[in-house]
Amino acid sequence: MSRIGDRFAALRASGRRALIPYIAAGDPESWVTVPLMHALVESGADLLELGVPFSDPMADGPVIQRASERALKHGITLAQVLGMVREFRTKDSTTPVILMGYLNPIEVMGYERFAREAAAAGVDGALTVDMPPEESGEFARALRAHGLDGIYLLAPTSTENRIQRIADSASGFIYYVSLRGVTGASHLDLAEVSAKLRSIRKHTALPVGVGFGIGTPETAAAVAEFADAVIVGSAIVRRIEESEDQPDKILAEIPGFLAQLRRAMDRATVRPESASGASR
Amino acid sequence: MKAYALPDTRGHFGAYGGIFVSETLMQPLEALREAYERLRDDVRFQEEFAEDLRLYVGRPSPLYPARRLTESWGGARVYLKREDLNHTGAHKINNTIGQALLARHMGKRRVIAETGAGQHGVASATVAARFGLKCVVYMGSEDIKRQAINVFRMKLLGAEVIPVESGSKTLKDALNEAMRDWVTNVDDTFYIIGTVAGPHPYPMLVRDFQSVIGREVRYQIMEFEGRFPDALVACVGGGSNAMGLFYPFMNDESVAMYGVEAAGEGIETGHHAATLCAGRPGVLHGNRTYLLETDSGQIIETHSISAGLDYPGVGPEHAYLKDSRRAQYVGITDREALDAFHELTRTEGIMPALESAHAIAYAKKLARELGRNKVIVVNLSGRGDKDIHTVANLEGIKV
Repeated sequence: MSRIGDRFAALRASGRRALIPYIAAGDPESWVTVPLMHALVESGADLLELGVPFSDPMADGPVIQRASERALKHGITLAQVLGMVREFRTKDSTTPVILMGYLNPIEVMGYERFAREAAAAGVDGALTVDMPPEESGEFARALRAHGLDGIYLLAPTSTENRIQRIADSASGFIYYVSLRGVTGASHLDLAEVSAKLRSIRKHTALPVGVGFGIGTPETAAAVAEFADAVIVGSAIVRRIEESEDQPDKILAEIPGFLAQLRRAMDRATVRPESASGASR
Repeated sequence: MKAYALPDTRGHFGAYGGIFVSETLMQPLEALREAYERLRDDVRFQEEFAEDLRLYVGRPSPLYPARRLTESWGGARVYLKREDLNHTGAHKINNTIGQALLARHMGKRRVIAETGAGQHGVASATVAARFGLKCVVYMGSEDIKRQAINVFRMKLLGAEVIPVESGSKTLKDALNEAMRDWVTNVDDTFYIIGTVAGPHPYPMLVRDFQSVIGREVRYQIMEFEGRFPDALVACVGGGSNAMGLFYPFMNDESVAMYGVEAAGEGIETGHHAATLCAGRPGVLHGNRTYLLETDSGQIIETHSISAGLDYPGVGPEHAYLKDSRRAQYVGITDREALDAFHELTRTEGIMPALESAHAIAYAKKLARELGRNKVIVVNLSGRGDKDIHTVANLEGIKV
């Protein structure tokens, strides 16, 4: 099983939900990323989602757009992002790392080369926002050949047919986009999300994570009650932006925020008797 | 030759086109495709569209024999397809009428659009006013500064113009922002894309709506020449006016096609927008096509004297026509376009948009190359009034 599958299996066994923070690689500066990844893991992250900056992030709200712009100002490339994962792996061989981004930088590198180099660097899965399964045959084959999980999005607008199709294509886990909108939006409807997750689970046994619009410990806890994973991006990236000129402050303060999310989620989901047996 | 029948059912033009969007937009695009395919074969819808083109846009637009220009160039006979005479002054309205009708049939009460120079924004605001739809136009804040009159025009027409501050603050960023609006308001909103780009079915439906241009040329040229032209020439930014002219001639092998891109300060300087001449395939704005990008796949800022050609991508069907060599793509510099702007204005009393001036400039070279017995049709896609300030500024004249 993949590192992602192992991690979810372990979490499930202990009755815990995955906390998946998102940061944009190279934001605000290249050297910050790897120490920040370690700090996130130490403060409660189960998987890491590392954003690959792109000049035209169509599915992202203003917070993550600006993170991409900050990273691109330093000329961050996909090859450098893979280098960061390689460096991260020298000290952490268990926490799954997923690259999230847009297709074009991968197109330029070539699917086969990307999959090979990503796998060698220690990447576990890839989520390309603008590549639905209809277009991803060749890419998915390259990922599979190198043991990488192909993560796909589902959305409030996804029909039953599409849910089935994506369930058939996905591996690792499925990422449910909780609202009609871009990352960092704030009109999450918990009842609607919970209902949609029930219908998704009819089509797949894969873990289902929920992201977009989760920015507080309260929301994270509420989502953790029905989702296998809670994905938090903009709320973290906004805190990075507030201290963009003081990277040390970022490294000192982000873990505190993540720990708050972790505690809130565990309070909501972990029964006292299983908490003691939780192993990470 | 096998009849041309692209795109395929999934929106592919050979290796290009397709649907590259986030999951949230997949179902809305499917709904749009279904609605369009139903209405495309619906006689009443087509009659409604034809009547609006006739009574509101003022079609058919004339095919004008540019006799003095022909004489002065001393080569092939040159005809101008006068899209500049349409309501709102460019070909853009053919498409916005078609999409607004689609929006109405789909029960959408709100339309959004992206715009660079403001021409597509004005054409969208115009049809929104005509059909009583709420209209929001996204425009890069840099472009807003450069195109104050079109911004005011859109506001007069009742549209809300939202400045886009992200990225390079130009057309490509306006398109990103319109997509973000669509993904957020997808239930009640119709996105009117301004060119033959974006995810399937947009490249197909925009082409179909614009192809009234070429269909008219087919019979209009018969009155003058009794035969089809030897060459078609049109400028290409996203490429909608060119597809509109080319598409009805796709199966007529004797008709050559030339798409003219903006070579800016010269392709070798890197300051240009000649995507097909100097770019390579990639994925942007929902489709696979040629792009101008860095070695690591980031989209780069383009340059052209003409805002309407200032785009780092191009419609996927043009990418296919380039690779299959059915059409040829060439570059014309800012300087050459500006010279052509003056030449057409002085010789025929027709002031072209700077976009269309690129086509005129290339037609001049082609007319001389082809010689006297040949016939060229140039798409005069828009009028030049909007560019008067740009031209004056470049020549150090205060208006």
